[in-house]
Amino acid sequence: MSETLKKQNSSPRLELLNITKQYPGCLANDQICMTLMPGEIHALLGENGAGKSTLVKTIYGVVSPDSGQIIWDGHEVDIKSPSIARDLGIGMVFQHFSLFETLTVAQNIELCLSKEQLSEIGNLAQRIRDLSKAYGLNVDPERYVHSLSIGERQRVEIMRCLVQSVKLLILDEPTSVLTPQEVAGLFTVLRQLSSEGCSILFISHKLHEVTEICHNATILRGGKFVGDCEPANETPATIAKMMVGDLAEQDAGYEKAHGQEMIFAAKNLTLASKNPFGTSLKAVNFELLKGEILGIAGVAGNGQEELMSIISGEDSRSLKNVLTLDGADLGVLSAGARRKSGLAYVPEERLGRGAVPEMSLSENTLLTHSRGFVKSGLVNWAAVKEYAKSLINQYSVKCHGEFSEAKSLSGGNLQKFIMGREIGQNPKVLICAHPTWGVDVGAALAIHQALLQLRDQGAAILLISEDIDELFLLADRMAAVCDGHLSPVVRTEDTSIDQIGQWMAGTFINDSNSSEALT
Amino acid sequence: MDIDLITQVLFAAIKTGTPLLFIALGEAICEKTGVLNLGQEGMMLMGAVVGFMAAYATGNAGMGIIGAMLIGMLMSLIFGFLVLHLGANQVATGLALTIFGTGLSAFIGASVVGHTITGFQPLNIPLLSEIPVLGKVLFSHDPLVYLAIVLAILIGFVANKTRVGLTIKAVGENPHAANAIGIKVLKVRYLAVMFGGAMAGLGGAYMSLVYTPMWVENMTAGRGWIALALVVFASWRIGNIVLGAYLFGLASIMHLVLQGMGWSISPNLLAMLPYVATIVVMVIIGADKYKEKLLAPRSLGKPFDPRQMA
Repeated sequence: MSETLKKQNSSPRLELLNITKQYPGCLANDQICMTLMPGEIHALLGENGAGKSTLVKTIYGVVSPDSGQIIWDGHEVDIKSPSIARDLGIGMVFQHFSLFETLTVAQNIELCLSKEQLSEIGNLAQRIRDLSKAYGLNVDPERYVHSLSIGERQRVEIMRCLVQSVKLLILDEPTSVLTPQEVAGLFTVLRQLSSEGCSILFISHKLHEVTEICHNATILRGGKFVGDCEPANETPATIAKMMVGDLAEQDAGYEKAHGQEMIFAAKNLTLASKNPFGTSLKAVNFELLKGEILGIAGVAGNGQEELMSIISGEDSRSLKNVLTLDGADLGVLSAGARRKSGLAYVPEERLGRGAVPEMSLSENTLLTHSRGFVKSGLVNWAAVKEYAKSLINQYSVKCHGEFSEAKSLSGGNLQKFIMGREIGQNPKVLICAHPTWGVDVGAALAIHQALLQLRDQGAAILLISEDIDELFLLADRMAAVCDGHLSPVVRTEDTSIDQIGQWMAGTFINDSNSSEALT
Repeated sequence: MDIDLITQVLFAAIKTGTPLLFIALGEAICEKTGVLNLGQEGMMLMGAVVGFMAAYATGNAGMGIIGAMLIGMLMSLIFGFLVLHLGANQVATGLALTIFGTGLSAFIGASVVGHTITGFQPLNIPLLSEIPVLGKVLFSHDPLVYLAIVLAILIGFVANKTRVGLTIKAVGENPHAANAIGIKVLKVRYLAVMFGGAMAGLGGAYMSLVYTPMWVENMTAGRGWIALALVVFASWRIGNIVLGAYLFGLASIMHLVLQGMGWSISPNLLAMLPYVATIVVMVIIGADKYKEKLLAPRSLGKPFDPRQMA
């Protein structure tokens, strides 16, 4: 495929020559070269910290490189700011969306356009509707962004690029927030764009997606270029090997466990959301058994956050006889008392919720793990440091030491540390959200194994994740949330990605009213 | 109360609310871009004293206005440099600006205490000012009262109907995203901070040139703080701010009227009335927490460093 592309169009759309970017203490990009042809879908692969984000930010003008050249349509360009990039015809869909929630879709798109572009387009709302139809994006220009689902927001971002008729579309981990069905929809759009001559640069962690859609791939490791490949000729395993080096250990299938007696239950949990952008929980019922992992799938913003915070006690509203842990009524206890009674909690947000960014790792250890370290109000710092060090070693957390500030760690390393801290308390129940989100392959493997080990020790784990592959890998039983409703819970081997995907889209909601007695 | 008294009260209410309106409008725009400037009181006092001195020296009240706006902008530039450029804490810097402005204005104004000037003459709008009652209440004010109303309408239009308004809202909600789509966040914030400074200076000048045409130390009497509260309780909506400012004016006048009517309440308690009444009414208006969350600029008070792109 790529050979034919090159023959058809002799001049590349974008060439990167020896791009180098040095951050304090880290060479993010080291002499990176890359070529993109018109209409090519090009994957940019690598572990976290490999330099992918820095490279695309360089192309998009957010980061200025220390040295190297960017050649656009045969001319050397200096992309100093995103507006210059957009004038050239480069559009980017960010991993954390850059939309304004209090504005409408049309206003969001308008902000990105220059006055000339606006007058050229004329009726922007109409243009959005036209493009929406042409690409099957289903974007309503009048809606406020805060009322849109994550998938819809991503379509708005893509629409924002389409309105500007981009020649190069950069997508930073676009599929990590989508249901499988939405991913298929996205790929259709990308293929259509590609056939019209738009180049696409696609960053992903999910190798089977890369092999499915990309013509070419560039692989980075530790800021360096390590290889090119045509994903169609590779398998996910061979690509993974290039990404992480020869040491790559693949997540193999794991044995499923059967839980024993019930330890935690949520009965008819109905709760209005405190936040206008939030989702209210509607009659959520589930039980957790000792020695099992219960996975909850769902697209972000369907009530996961509300469920997490009411169980952890972060949402301080007291609920009687709704949540039970080991027979005791958990819902009336404070967050601290819940932890004392054997609940551990790994939130989605690592910095700010899982750890205090400005505090050292040992201080962060003390936050949830004070037993034994504090005597009559005095902290035994030597013991805390010793313990933090042992966590760092046990989970191979890459950092300068137990005195490092939490914010200085990469996402994956901090997550390993937080996970270790929570597991170290021998919890009866661990509530865990998106444990490997934005974490590289190696760290994800370590986190998975830690979770399974905890399960095998007899703890119950509630695993909330958007990564459906991860859920199928780890969970013994599964359910999905949609709009605050929880689907029936089934054993993982009795369901399929397709069924869970449909549940994530809410197909169970109408049936469940009639079959409530069953679940 | 007879009709003449009512006319007088309403007339004075609009006059009293005007300086508050200037400041609150400026601060609203500033906060909409995500910058909280607690230095309003300091900038206002500096505006009052410099405006008065400029008018006293030149004999021209117009020069006073220009001087006040310039000093307000200069004060806000100091704030902007510390907060936007150096990333200093907005709350602490704003408080420091107020303390600085209060002290400095007392110092430089010491020489003109007790002097008087001729401020602005009322501008009776032909025909309209001859309408009974309404004509007196609405159409026979000094030019700055009309300016405040025109500015309110203009700012409301710009904030809600134009691309500039969209940009301001975008910067205030999510500066990182705004930066990513090519909006110059710091530039927008600098301009908004300076606009706020000019408006605070104007509000101060109104106090020393029109309201009571003289300079007295600390003459703004906490109006800068009331304006800050007003902006929040008005949920950053221009219409609510106009309402709140005049309401404050009305309550301020009412406490004098009530004293004049011989109410046997301590004048100290009555003097609290405008502050309490404004806050109570604005709290009731802004009580819808759901809406509040939608309207509040989400990045308010948080520094933005373009080099630390998330």
